[in-house]
Amino acid sequence: MNRLPKPAVRAEALRLRDVFEAAGATPVDPAILQPAATLLDLYGEDIRARAYVTGDPLRGEQMLRPDFTVPVVQAHMANGADPARYTYAGEVFRKQEDDATRPNEYFQVGLEIFDGSDPEAADAAVFAAIASALSDLPVRPATGDIGITRATVAGLRLSDDRRAALMRHLWRPRRFRALIDQFAGRRPAPAHRASLIRDMKAGRDPMAKAGPVIGLRSEAEIRARLDRLARDADQPVLPAAQVDLLDQVTGLRDTCPAALERLRDIAVDLPSLSPAVARLARRLDALDAHGVAVDALPFEASFGRTTLEYYDGFVFGFSAPGRPDLPPVATGGRYDALTRVLGGGRSIPAVGGIIRPEIALVLRGQEAAA
Amino acid sequence: MTLKLGVPSKGRLMDKTFDWFGARGLTLSRTGSDREYAGAVDGIDGIDLVLLSASEIPRELAAGRIHLGVTGSDLVRETLASWDDQVREMDLMGFGHADLVIAVPSAWVDVDCVADLDSVAAAFRAAHGFRLRIATKYHRLVRDFLKREGVADYQLVDSQGATEGTVKNETAEAIADITSTGETLRANHLKVLSDGVIHRSQATLFKSRRAPWTDAQRATLMALSDMLGTVQA
Repeated sequence: MNRLPKPAVRAEALRLRDVFEAAGATPVDPAILQPAATLLDLYGEDIRARAYVTGDPLRGEQMLRPDFTVPVVQAHMANGADPARYTYAGEVFRKQEDDATRPNEYFQVGLEIFDGSDPEAADAAVFAAIASALSDLPVRPATGDIGITRATVAGLRLSDDRRAALMRHLWRPRRFRALIDQFAGRRPAPAHRASLIRDMKAGRDPMAKAGPVIGLRSEAEIRARLDRLARDADQPVLPAAQVDLLDQVTGLRDTCPAALERLRDIAVDLPSLSPAVARLARRLDALDAHGVAVDALPFEASFGRTTLEYYDGFVFGFSAPGRPDLPPVATGGRYDALTRVLGGGRSIPAVGGIIRPEIALVLRGQEAAA
Repeated sequence: MTLKLGVPSKGRLMDKTFDWFGARGLTLSRTGSDREYAGAVDGIDGIDLVLLSASEIPRELAAGRIHLGVTGSDLVRETLASWDDQVREMDLMGFGHADLVIAVPSAWVDVDCVADLDSVAAAFRAAHGFRLRIATKYHRLVRDFLKREGVADYQLVDSQGATEGTVKNETAEAIADITSTGETLRANHLKVLSDGVIHRSQATLFKSRRAPWTDAQRATLMALSDMLGTVQA
């Protein structure tokens, strides 16, 4: 992608921020250097591969902010009063290891809403604000809802351990599928596991010849997992009909109203899905009230499942048809779980999204040239 | 213009490299005093020998300062992002074998494969309040492998030496390191995960895709490829 002059991008970023501010958001300006530990603990090694980490002799590892969400959440948790609405504009920094043509420093303009009173209204407000800011551009929206997949998994006939394993890997579709296949008896348990279980059932202690226990993981922790494995071996297989329901949900791609109908049908067999389907219905009503054309709005149940794992409800994106060379011009979603992790027990329902002003300008230029 | 061939400057890797070329009619030798890093190539014209640390050869190839280089395939994959855009493998040389593996304490009788490690990482993080630590110096290779395998709740901690001791010293819960026989691992009460081989490394002759190639250098490469019996890439 050909980069545009930075002053033009900055001007567009500030213009968009002003639009959000005029609509009632408070401008905030988080520091570029962020303590690395929080981000690393939150996002794991993926972020270390993608963010620039540097050292400070007094403050320890620092990171050039890879996004604004975490510092905005932290600032809100520390001093903000609910409800609150924030906007920001500035550069984020991402290493590009695979594609040198992708920028490693680019502007984002964001809008974040912290409001638990009516989450679906907040979802719709963020989506509508971003859609309106992009209304002059040739972009196509995509929407999804991680909450639908979560609710489906919550309703499967599984042990708590198995359910927790699936929930943990919602964002890693390959591992998720391997777990489903294992629970459904479609892939045999590993040979090592089978012999371990046989030993335990025969009353032999697998730790008898284990040698010295070294490291922080204690013998008690090893034994606790052995117990879990023994219990898990007695679990019934996940019925094929349940796997089929899950596949129907995760494979769902349609317009929003059609997807809603389909999910209502599936919820008849899977009552745990009903509250999430009701939320989807309320969100569509709220979007409609904002003037969004929901009849044509696409819905894809697995949208957002391969991005950073902090989105746990509504997710959306806007991209330019016919421009696979460009990243999405806007993305966003709900991240209640992230506020729970950062809040040390306290959590605030939160939803937000970002626009990449440079991509917006590229598309505007393309329109003008056409 | 001569073609620059980078080879390891000392130790078994240098000796074996010299032997390998020698068996193919090319005599590589160090010249001058024992301490001087200069070399010569006999048996072909137009090649300069450059003696370098094996760990610097990937970078020199990527920078195009040498045309050909001998080093471990692990070092190339670890050091260079999108390594195959920058260098091309001309020949696997059949020595310097070492596997980059993930190893955990032998006492972890409940852990045999990467999926087990992933499950243990979740429980470990819940119990200890931080991500399970894997000590390594091969950050890129290990991270890419664990991402591909869908492992979560771990962190890499840097270890540039004596990595096998980190678990006992409680600075890591698992390690990812190079092993050829596994003896050091066993001596430190560690075992390799059954599907935990990240990369099987060996000494490899690489060609730089970034070096400037003149017609004369191409001709030299052609003549060299004939002698070595390699496919000219």
